[in-house]
Amino acid sequence: MPIAPGCVRLSMGPHPLRRAAQAVAAAMMAGEPLMAFVWKRLLGTIPSLVGVVVLTFFISRALPGDPAAFFAGPAANAASIASIRATLGLDRPLPAQFVSYIADLAHGNLGRSLTTGQPVLTDLLERLPASLELSSFALLFAIGIAIPMGVWAATRINGGVDHACRALVTVSAAFPTFFVGLLFVYIFYFLLGWAPQPLGRLDEIAFSPPPRVTGAYTIDAVIAGDWPVLRAALAQLVLPAISLGLFALAPIARITRAAMLEALSSDFIRTARASGLPVRKILMAYAFRNVLLPVSSVLGMVFSFLIGSNVLIEQVFGWQGVGAYAVAAVIASDYAAVQGFVLMMAVLYVLLNLAVDVFATLVDPRVRFEG
Amino acid sequence: MAQLEIDNLSVEFRTRHGVVRALDAVSLSVSRGEIVGVVGESGSGKSVTAYTVMGLNDAAARITKGAITMGGIDLLAARPEAMRELRGREMAMIFQSPRTALNPIRKVGKQIEDVLQEHAALPRRDLKKAAISALARVRIPDPERRAEAYPFELSGGMCQRVMIAMALACTPSVLIADEPTTGLDVTTQAVIMDLIREMSRATQMSTLLITHDLGLAGEYCDRIAVMHAGHIVEIAPTEELLERPAHPYTRRLLAATPVPDSRLDDLNAIPGHLPDLRGALPPCRFSGRCELRQPICDEAELPWTELSPQHLVRCRFPLS
Repeated sequence: MPIAPGCVRLSMGPHPLRRAAQAVAAAMMAGEPLMAFVWKRLLGTIPSLVGVVVLTFFISRALPGDPAAFFAGPAANAASIASIRATLGLDRPLPAQFVSYIADLAHGNLGRSLTTGQPVLTDLLERLPASLELSSFALLFAIGIAIPMGVWAATRINGGVDHACRALVTVSAAFPTFFVGLLFVYIFYFLLGWAPQPLGRLDEIAFSPPPRVTGAYTIDAVIAGDWPVLRAALAQLVLPAISLGLFALAPIARITRAAMLEALSSDFIRTARASGLPVRKILMAYAFRNVLLPVSSVLGMVFSFLIGSNVLIEQVFGWQGVGAYAVAAVIASDYAAVQGFVLMMAVLYVLLNLAVDVFATLVDPRVRFEG
Repeated sequence: MAQLEIDNLSVEFRTRHGVVRALDAVSLSVSRGEIVGVVGESGSGKSVTAYTVMGLNDAAARITKGAITMGGIDLLAARPEAMRELRGREMAMIFQSPRTALNPIRKVGKQIEDVLQEHAALPRRDLKKAAISALARVRIPDPERRAEAYPFELSGGMCQRVMIAMALACTPSVLIADEPTTGLDVTTQAVIMDLIREMSRATQMSTLLITHDLGLAGEYCDRIAVMHAGHIVEIAPTEELLERPAHPYTRRLLAATPVPDSRLDDLNAIPGHLPDLRGALPPCRFSGRCELRQPICDEAELPWTELSPQHLVRCRFPLS
């Protein structure tokens, strides 16, 4: 197997891993269970990341399409394609390509994108804030509607809110995100003219982006104190964030309602009622806090789905995020960019899950710091 | 007048499958400092009685007649908010399976503080101290440390003590204990029951002990009411009930209760099942299971027979 050398190299990989191992030992000795838990979990994700690296490498090469032909253009002949292939290093056998890919990776080099000509890492870091901004607003929108709705529906089963909740869950789960996005553009931009043109993150004819700090226009605009830009950036965000958020709404509302129902029918709520605690305290401090755990694990899942669905919604709204970048990279068979994108998503996913687990240990004392 | 008076109480549940007449003309009283046991098999209406007193019945429950008073207050006429204020302060309840009856992710001391904060006129900074002394009162060792524990860190018996500490934190005048020792091991059972008895004597609290265990009730109660299918069939001082059971069902229950030296062969299961409480019911709901049934049992109203001023039985042909 050609994988072996890469694996060995990665796991013996010099500084970061050894540092991590030392940090685990240090944290454990210092009696910091949370930090030790975090480090242990991070170390535990290495095998999955290795798997991701190997799989994306081979899958991207198994896909139809030839980057050399793509770049040589329609007028190229066989000789010029071959020479481009040689300059790209694509004429070498796969195992050799893989080894050099791993070697680059170990030095934090994700390779260079063929389409943009920039290092993939630079491209991704430049575009990631746009995607995270969109996903975060979508998630905030979904949480803001789904959680109160789920809680309310659970306290009045078969009441008006419960029926509305059921209807919204069904509708939002049934329609694909990109379709909702297109529908919104048609209604709110084309017919009603309420929304700005669905062409990216900011109307760059009227506004210039705020000085980059985080890369998220809304946050940067707040930092710069540039309110017109903030307003314009938010206006661009509304439609894509809502179309994306609608899709996240269904699972969150459903889980909130179900978990809340379960909590409300549990013995300790009966005790709280028998103790004459006020309704608000029973709902919030007793029932809802117990619901946070299942809801947070669903939130983690939904957020990672959201980052995935970005790919479609970014296409629809001309959003300059990593999703649109990945689509362009796949079409151009831009291997380094595709691999970099998938690896970044995997790392994000790992971090997100870790954050959810850490949150769980904070909410629920029964969850122990175990790997 | 007794501290807690249940008078001629009837409760029914409207369900999808018809109206369940869960309680029919139940009358019961508990004086100050008295422990009254309510004994019967599952489904006999013991818990419905308790929940109705507390005002915690399911939304499907409907009180069709009767009255409940506590210390002269008409509980059935009280507004929900007034009932909520009485719960935890004037009347408290402890449950079976104490581990699940406590909030799993809240420190037990904090849960007691919640009750105190709601019902006791204490400044916020004294709540913690009051919660710890509530724990100390039920003789939890090292109460300062235990107050910081979560339910899962405590044993079942310790959780039940916490429940008792919580119920008694505001020294209520009525305590309802719904199967408080179910699921605890035998030695812990005795400790918990001793504690309940001691507390009710010390504060002159009226205690309603709900149990299916006639042996347990016999040991701790002053009086016992036997329930069957939503009726109280017999009520008497404990000694009298155990020595001279007059209702065929009570006698059957006693025969089904294990005593030291009894062997499995000696125990007699009660034949038949509780009747379906939907639709038409005979005046005596035990008649279908009764060996001594006469044709007249299914006719006319069922009278109470008074064997002594304290000993009442709802049977036309009481045993003697």
